[in-house]
Amino acid sequence: MIDISDLHKSYKMGQNSLHVLKGIDFKADEGEMVAIMGSSGSGKSTLLNILGMLDEADAGTYILDGKEIKDLDETKAAIYRNKFLGFVFQSFNLIAYKTALENVMLPLYYQKVSRKERQTRAQKFLEQVGLGPWATHRPNELSGGQKQRVAIARALVSKPKVLLADEPTGALDSKTSYELMDVLQTINNQGITLLIVTHEEDIANMCKRIVHLRDGIIVSDKKVTQVKASQYVE
Amino acid sequence: MFRTLFDRDTWQEIFGSIQKNRLRTIVTVIGVLWGIFIYITLSGASKGLDNGFERQFEQVAINSLFVWAQSTSLPYDGFRTGRRMQLKLDDQAYLMQRVPQLQYVAPRISRGAFGGQAANVGRGTKSGNYTIYGDFPILVKIAAKDIYEGGRFINQADIDNQRKVCVIGERTQKELFEKSEEPVGAFIEIDNMYFQVIGVHRFTGNGGFENDSDVYIPFTTFRKAYNTGDKVDWFAMAAYDNADVVLAEKNIKAALKVKHRVHPDDERAFGSFNLGEIFNKVKGFSSGMNLLSLVVGIATILAGVIGIGNILLISVRERTKELGIRRALGATPSEVRAQIIIESVFLTLIAGVMGIVLGSFVLATINYLTVDSTSLPYTNPTVPIKFILGALALMVGLGTLIGLIPAQRAVSIKPIDALREE
Ligand SMILES: Nc1ncnc2c1ncn2[C@@H]1O[C@H](COP(=O)(O)OP(=O)(O)OP(=O)(O)O)[C@@H](O)[C@H]1O
Ligand SMILES: [Mg+2]
Repeated sequence: MIDISDLHKSYKMGQNSLHVLKGIDFKADEGEMVAIMGSSGSGKSTLLNILGMLDEADAGTYILDGKEIKDLDETKAAIYRNKFLGFVFQSFNLIAYKTALENVMLPLYYQKVSRKERQTRAQKFLEQVGLGPWATHRPNELSGGQKQRVAIARALVSKPKVLLADEPTGALDSKTSYELMDVLQTINNQGITLLIVTHEEDIANMCKRIVHLRDGIIVSDKKVTQVKASQYVE
Repeated sequence: MFRTLFDRDTWQEIFGSIQKNRLRTIVTVIGVLWGIFIYITLSGASKGLDNGFERQFEQVAINSLFVWAQSTSLPYDGFRTGRRMQLKLDDQAYLMQRVPQLQYVAPRISRGAFGGQAANVGRGTKSGNYTIYGDFPILVKIAAKDIYEGGRFINQADIDNQRKVCVIGERTQKELFEKSEEPVGAFIEIDNMYFQVIGVHRFTGNGGFENDSDVYIPFTTFRKAYNTGDKVDWFAMAAYDNADVVLAEKNIKAALKVKHRVHPDDERAFGSFNLGEIFNKVKGFSSGMNLLSLVVGIATILAGVIGIGNILLISVRERTKELGIRRALGATPSEVRAQIIIESVFLTLIAGVMGIVLGSFVLATINYLTVDSTSLPYTNPTVPIKFILGALALMVGLGTLIGLIPAQRAVSIKPIDALREE
């Protein structure tokens, strides 16, 4: 599903340039659930953003679902993001003046789906993350966990191949985090590939595989026995 | 673009962002509103002035001029200075022949028009002093006389037969006749001669130099009654529509100087009044007003639209993160751009329509207040619909143009940087 090799990225800051990713080789098959760990500043977000086509690598190849991603202009990148990728951010990134339902409908709007269809589909996904009754609430009326579930529903509504989550539980307490991981595991069980950046060992252990990054290279990459989040959720 | 235009999310987005910057939006909308308002009221007002002047002049040929005799100021050809000049009836044919710009020349003579003794006019026990004019039918080509139903003006037969007939003014009628009496056909006494009334003319503003307290009789009758021979007091003339009235005036005076043996440089011998020239000046004034309102209006509209561009720039900056989210979710740069441009055009249009409505309201009020006033040169202030449509088109155009700047700003930042924004 994802295949990157020898990926490099550096940030220019005036005269200096900061080499953040120093040759990353990484593969993920369909249906995998990968945790990306590493200390702060090791380049996790940078990697995820490149995978999400929000940012561009300086060198290396990137193949997504058999298609090589290169020479991206903004329009093409936007279309790929819309079709293949879903994002979940640490800070939720919901649009404040739209209701939960309208937030979830948004990606479909850019897919030119009719309004009615958008509404039914978004409602379905809100129900899947357990927020059916909250459809008409605005983000400021929701708890952190609920907001993140809205964000997940929004990421899923366009039926992406890969869901990219950058510290999705970073702003949540552990109980809420486990509930969220339960949702993510369910989604993964439906066949969607998940990449989750996290600092937390217990969250990483709820994935199927853990990749460690240090100073811009992968230092370890191992399969783990997945801890079911559902056991922590009553 | 079209799809974007008709989608509820687009409008939700626009209203969302308007609501977030409510005060600033209102202030800038007022900027554009003020511009279009100024434009509408000014151009409506200048149109009103235009109409008003036209109404003031509607009874008179707009390119008419008048010439009369005075005294010489230079000695010439054996004559001494200060010679009293006198226009003659044969000057009419002479002028028609010598001055190609002239379409009509009407010789006129009067008692009481320019100083002098007004005639004593009476009927039964009523009497008064009225100005008497001796005229030819051709006068109506230069200064139209609005004759009441049942009457007529002097005709050629009246001239040929030196008939004792007269046309009286509305006020003359009021003073000499009872309300119930029919003036046409009745007789009045002018300086002890009986004249039959053939028509009553209506009062008109007429630029204010003739009134309705007067009596018109055939020129030939006048001549015989007052024994004035070939004398003419002044000529009322009309130049052709496209003629240069200033040049015509010059030619007329030059021709008269030759015929009456006056020094070519003598500026005093003949007096003249060039209504055409004045009319042109008035016309120039109102087209100047038109231009002014156009310039002022467009400048204010422009300033207002730039204000809208400014608020959008700020709102785009404030929404950087939100636009980043949208782009992460698949909004293409052109979709983001379209949204901001629509917002710009929408704000401009709303402001524009409000300005037009307000401006029309003010014009209607002015019209209502001046509708009964005949003395003000101000009638029916309107703005042609094509001006309004033009202004709207201009605003849509400007709104689009000015929207391009914030739109470009919105997509110039990379989505990842936009998302990082706090
Ligand atoms: N836009 C940028 N310009 C310059 N430097 C950047 C930029 N983005 C990230 N960096 C630098 O690149 C390095 C890697 O950043 P990145 O965000 O990928 O780290 P991270 O592993 O996600 O860290 P954290 O766990 O704190 O989120 C950091 O040193 C950071 O300062
Ligand atoms: Mg990070």
